[in-house]
Amino acid sequence: MALGLEASLGDSVLTTKLDAVVNWGRQYSLWPFVFGTACCAIEFMSAAASQLDISRWGAEVVRFSPRQADLLLVCGTISYKQAPILKRIYEQMPEPKWVVAMGACASSGGVYDNYCTVQGIDTIIPVDVYISGCPPRPEAVLDALMDIQDKIKGESVINDRHKDFKGILD
Amino acid sequence: MNTTALETIQAAFPGVPCDSTVESVVLTVQPDQLEQTLSKLKNDPALNYGLLLDVTVVDYLEYPDKQEARFAVVYVLRNWESNLLLHVRIPVADPEAGVPSASKFWGSAIWGEREAYDQYGIQFNGHPDLRRILNHWQFEGHPLRKDYPIEKGQICYETDSLEKEIKARLAVNKVDETVMEDINTEIMYLNLGPSHPATHGAIRILTALDGETILANVNEIGYLHRGFEKTAENRTYNQVIPLTDRLNYCSSLMNNIAYAKAVESFLGVEITERAKFMRVILGEFYRILDHLVCLAANLVDMGGLTNYWYLYNQKEASYDFISRLCGARLTSSFTRIGGMYRDFYEGWEAEMEAQLKDIEQGVNDSLALVLKNRIVHDRTQGVCVMPADKALSYGYTGPCLRASGVPFDLRKDNPYYYYETFDFTIPVGSKGDIYDRMMIRYEEMFQSISIIRQAMKQIPKGPVTVDDGQVALPAKDQVYSKIEGLANHFKLVFEGVQVPKGEWYDSYEAANGELGFYFVSDGSGQPYKCKVRPPCFYMMGGFHEMVEGEMIADAVINLGSINIIGGELDR
Repeated sequence: MALGLEASLGDSVLTTKLDAVVNWGRQYSLWPFVFGTACCAIEFMSAAASQLDISRWGAEVVRFSPRQADLLLVCGTISYKQAPILKRIYEQMPEPKWVVAMGACASSGGVYDNYCTVQGIDTIIPVDVYISGCPPRPEAVLDALMDIQDKIKGESVINDRHKDFKGILD
Repeated sequence: MNTTALETIQAAFPGVPCDSTVESVVLTVQPDQLEQTLSKLKNDPALNYGLLLDVTVVDYLEYPDKQEARFAVVYVLRNWESNLLLHVRIPVADPEAGVPSASKFWGSAIWGEREAYDQYGIQFNGHPDLRRILNHWQFEGHPLRKDYPIEKGQICYETDSLEKEIKARLAVNKVDETVMEDINTEIMYLNLGPSHPATHGAIRILTALDGETILANVNEIGYLHRGFEKTAENRTYNQVIPLTDRLNYCSSLMNNIAYAKAVESFLGVEITERAKFMRVILGEFYRILDHLVCLAANLVDMGGLTNYWYLYNQKEASYDFISRLCGARLTSSFTRIGGMYRDFYEGWEAEMEAQLKDIEQGVNDSLALVLKNRIVHDRTQGVCVMPADKALSYGYTGPCLRASGVPFDLRKDNPYYYYETFDFTIPVGSKGDIYDRMMIRYEEMFQSISIIRQAMKQIPKGPVTVDDGQVALPAKDQVYSKIEGLANHFKLVFEGVQVPKGEWYDSYEAANGELGFYFVSDGSGQPYKCKVRPPCFYMMGGFHEMVEGEMIADAVINLGSINIIGGELDR
């Protein structure tokens, strides 16, 4: 039985929360920016190819301009030489934005514990979901995508995300 | 090693210390004699060392034997027509004083010496552009020196502008900016990369444009430098194999084979017959996969997305075969020193044959779209030409060198694993343009399929690792029931394969060209030095020669046609 406003307006109007309707839209139209540097990018290619088909989750519109994207997929090793570029691309993306660290290198430096490799991109930019594996299987990319969608569902449109983040380049 | 090569070199350079290792002659030269030695080696028709394969440095700081000087610069040269290898070794006591540059003889020395300078801090006098290449410009110190701690990272705050370098390149090409302004034309500077969809990874291509024509081009690499060589120095020989997967990650198993072959060549280990055939079959299979990805991406850049589905789907399907074989899709780690990780699984022949049929279908479908396509012809024929002499000077190998008309392929010229008994041909181009580079890859796939089919008919039964407890892990029943087996297992896992003291270079024809490894061993189970000779590093070093004078859109497809793989380029 309808209550309140819906009771008096009948079937012609639906009421909902702003968060719920905006998040519903955001969840199923993520536009990824693929920051592919290494082996993981090849596995992302597989996730995008016809066998697994990332478009089933509404995230097939791969953009190569950060200004048109809201999901940053960091696929591969980030070296210190690369770090300022990654940070700049992250900053060029409009809010709200989400970040996935794909693979061991992006998550923690992986096997490359040495003088040139950043030990996890979360020292530079905030990360929402980590994918394990070296490289992860393409199914894991889809799993991470669903994790991001779940995360979006629980967020509020009025809160600033990560406004207090401070990385090594800040 | 043929003794005549050693005698020829000794006769040509009387009084110069001369030695040999594996397949190479080693010539030790003092810095003041270097220039005349290199000049003679390159220009004397009796010697004819036309290909400078690699430049590297050895730091003997922690080496157990006392050496003449702390550093030694090593030039690895090849006479490709007579299959002769030569190391020119120059002891360097004072890195600041350095050695004369070889860049006036070979184009490949420009990038090779830059890397040696970056990693070891050796000065090359007379080098046109001696600056860092793999590490960032704010980096201090030289990471591959033995006294540089491996974990000491240095933060880079901003990217190099490269303004000075592009202006210098404009001057070399005799473009005068004031003249350009007089005729009301402005030079536009355009960066492709470091993060750009067409760079297939992270490379920065800086161009100076007049309209759409490239007047000058400077490239920056090193964005994926992840310290392979320093990391390898801290691992046992077998522990390095997973790292080699990540060099050229499109054909990981070929790197595994090249690495294991290089170590075995010095150890004198003769792997089993079945292992040899396995390496041939899998090596050729990965050559096909590498070409599939290269062509798929190249054609996408040209606007032919359908080719991507035709070619990439076959690669994707091949992953199913590979993951059944080694458990991983991309990073195979399938070889060991002394053989293979394990044998094929039961019923692999039928699956391989089915896979080959599918690949033939996919490649033929793609060829049907490409072969008579006017757009493809117009965009690729006569575009970004690399003449044979320049290709050799810049150290090109593999499909890109053969596209320029040089019929050099290690499988034919320095055969290993019975390649001399297989019936196959080496496709050779006539012009050295993008079209040749693409078509050679198409043809090589058919040749590789034919080699695999021949090898599948001949592959013998038997073990896949050598029966030598000093090199390969003993069978599990030996480990659990015999003390020798247990001791061998323990020692191999903890200390690694013991390689006697020495220095050597060995190479393998990978999908992209000659993949070589330069090792220095101090007699322990870990390599003292392990330098990779990556084919695409030297191809990128000659990139500006191809694109200057061409259109900006051609630079994009040219990059695809030389198949740059970041992991191998920057290591």
